[in-house]
Amino acid sequence: MKTIKAIIASLALFAMFAGTAAQAKVEIQWWHAFGGRLGELLDEQVNKFNASQDKYTVVHTRKGNYSETLNAGIAAFRAGQHPNILMVFEVGTASLMAAKGAYVPMYQLMKDAGQRFNPKGFVSAVSGYYTTTDGKMLSMPYNSSTPVLWVNKDLMKKAGLDPEMDLSTWKKVGNALDAAKAKNIDMPFCTCWHSWVHLENFSAYHNIPFATKSNGFAGLDTELAFNSPVHIKHIQTLGKWAQEGKFKYMGRRNEAGKNFRAGECMLMTESSAGYAGIKKEAKFEFGIRHLPYYGATEAPQNTIIGGSSLWALSGKSKEENKATAAFLAFLSRTDIQAKWHQDTGYLGVTTAAASATKKSGFYKSNPGTDLAGIQMMRNKVTQNSKGLRLGSFDQIRGIIDEEMEGVYNGTKTAQVALDSAVKRGNVLLRRFERANK
Amino acid sequence: MEKRVFFKGWWLPALLVAPQLLISFVFFFYPSGQAIWNSLFLPDPFGLKTEFVGLDNFRFLLSDPYYLASFKTTVIFSTAVSVSSMALGLYLAALADRLIKGAGVYQTLLIWPYAIAPAIAGVLWLFMFNGNIGLASYYLKALGYEWNHTLKGDQAMFLVILASSWGRISYNFLFFLAGLQAIPKSIIEAAAIDGASFWKRFGTIVIPLLSPITFFLLVVNIVYAFFDTFGVIHTITSGGPEQSTTILVYKVFSDGFVSQDLGSSAAQSVILLVLVGILTVIQFKYIERKVHY
Repeated sequence: MKTIKAIIASLALFAMFAGTAAQAKVEIQWWHAFGGRLGELLDEQVNKFNASQDKYTVVHTRKGNYSETLNAGIAAFRAGQHPNILMVFEVGTASLMAAKGAYVPMYQLMKDAGQRFNPKGFVSAVSGYYTTTDGKMLSMPYNSSTPVLWVNKDLMKKAGLDPEMDLSTWKKVGNALDAAKAKNIDMPFCTCWHSWVHLENFSAYHNIPFATKSNGFAGLDTELAFNSPVHIKHIQTLGKWAQEGKFKYMGRRNEAGKNFRAGECMLMTESSAGYAGIKKEAKFEFGIRHLPYYGATEAPQNTIIGGSSLWALSGKSKEENKATAAFLAFLSRTDIQAKWHQDTGYLGVTTAAASATKKSGFYKSNPGTDLAGIQMMRNKVTQNSKGLRLGSFDQIRGIIDEEMEGVYNGTKTAQVALDSAVKRGNVLLRRFERANK
Repeated sequence: MEKRVFFKGWWLPALLVAPQLLISFVFFFYPSGQAIWNSLFLPDPFGLKTEFVGLDNFRFLLSDPYYLASFKTTVIFSTAVSVSSMALGLYLAALADRLIKGAGVYQTLLIWPYAIAPAIAGVLWLFMFNGNIGLASYYLKALGYEWNHTLKGDQAMFLVILASSWGRISYNFLFFLAGLQAIPKSIIEAAAIDGASFWKRFGTIVIPLLSPITFFLLVVNIVYAFFDTFGVIHTITSGGPEQSTTILVYKVFSDGFVSQDLGSSAAQSVILLVLVGILTVIQFKYIERKVHY
């Protein structure tokens, strides 16, 4: 009995000391949305940071997919149980920005913590997404990608096509699909992230507005504008391909990626970050091409990003904010960024990381991995190609997906579907404007 | 003859009903009150500011054609789930009731699916009908039928009805079986001696005697189809394509927790509350009259 008591007492004592030892370090929480391979790479970054110094500890937790993570963060904020750092995908950016008081702006956080931080070091097409119109950076870009065209070269050969043929315009893609269909290829074309690729990036790439007021950058009173003749023409083309069996719809998110990796789909539009999975699983020769465009318009503008940024939520102690600042500065370090870029296919979000990757010869040994970066930075960014800043955008994307499903299954024309999506989306924008006045 | 017990004094009856009242207050009156209150406001997602908007949330909803369409979706879905799962449950119960050997094994196996949570049931069916890896969709394709529930609304609806009814058949089976076993064998035997066929006996004796259970199951199944099928829909279709499987309760969730529009979500809860209230009143007022106890 005595020995048991002694054990308990010593354990309690140990726990007390262990507790104080842990308390000496400032611990901060990071909620994110990465599982699988990306989750491992993220864990690696956190461990590296924790091992690199002895003042701070970062604890990361996965909260589900992007939407779920954002919602968990918002719910926790309402309950006062929120993490220090929240990963928010680009779609949620406007919601966060409008919630003044819910976050500590990045420039402020870095200044208060006395952390050296150069917002100019980020690629402007990326940082622009997270920067106010007067040039203040609000959140830290973490992972950013842009859509590209993935080619299954083996299926191209099977279709009697030259795998290196020009696929720069949608017309040429259409010809390739015709040839594939004639050779009975089951899935000539598929795509992930319909709205992101075929309306949002499509608009930027063709330098036409997705929404008024510089796609929402210039004010909450923005209205959707993706029902222009060029948009309609493209969506109608996709609908026609779907009816003719050249394009197969697999789902709203990245479901089609499975079909491509399994070697079923010949051409796929998907994020450049599909790279990690395709490289690992594809048992065929694949190629990466720029996103196609319509030849009749001007030469393509730039594409825009998808992905997430990290927000420092408010209501935390000065010490914790210092830790947050130190960790975010660590993440933007060139070596960390370059490794992330090469491992994942996400863009190098700092110019230094991109040039370090180039110097290392990575692009030469992995052809096509530089295309996404080039495509994003090929031109000076315009009002239409800076990105999107629209409230309730997750919901609006849902509306767009729904309406596009109507075009693919042949119940609606592109004109009717896009007009309806614009109308329904505008209702939500007005509601968001009202809630965030 | 009705039995009535009278208590002397008031504190014992009050004490006896207190737990129920407390539970009703905590889990029903308080949240309902909150929903009604919130439905009059338009808050921002983070709860930093809010604006009183009166009945604007309701006006916004009732002018949304997709919201109105989800009423129709809900009716189709709930009817299909209740009717199909009750009919199959009754059919299986009638068969199992006549078993002489191994009745326990059959009964246990038939009840089994009820132990599976709706979300898991949804994932199971989704796997079978998945366009990439699903066995069912693979064989359908081999038969020349193109299955793609991500694009075709009627297929999506069929799949969520199938997945929602599946576990429910077990539940209905259990109650119907208990009901069948409670019917005195002597009545059935007497009818059999009089020369009534199986179907005649089933139609004129069994069904009327089962009516209290059928009525109970009808109420419970409709409530289930209205509220508990959320997990199935979320995992299989997320309400798509083109909102063709968005039933009312799923819309409450997607507007509230996906879109963070808490005002609209609260207004929808209020509408749903009223609707289910009316439905229950109708059931008890008109259908219950036809029930023999």
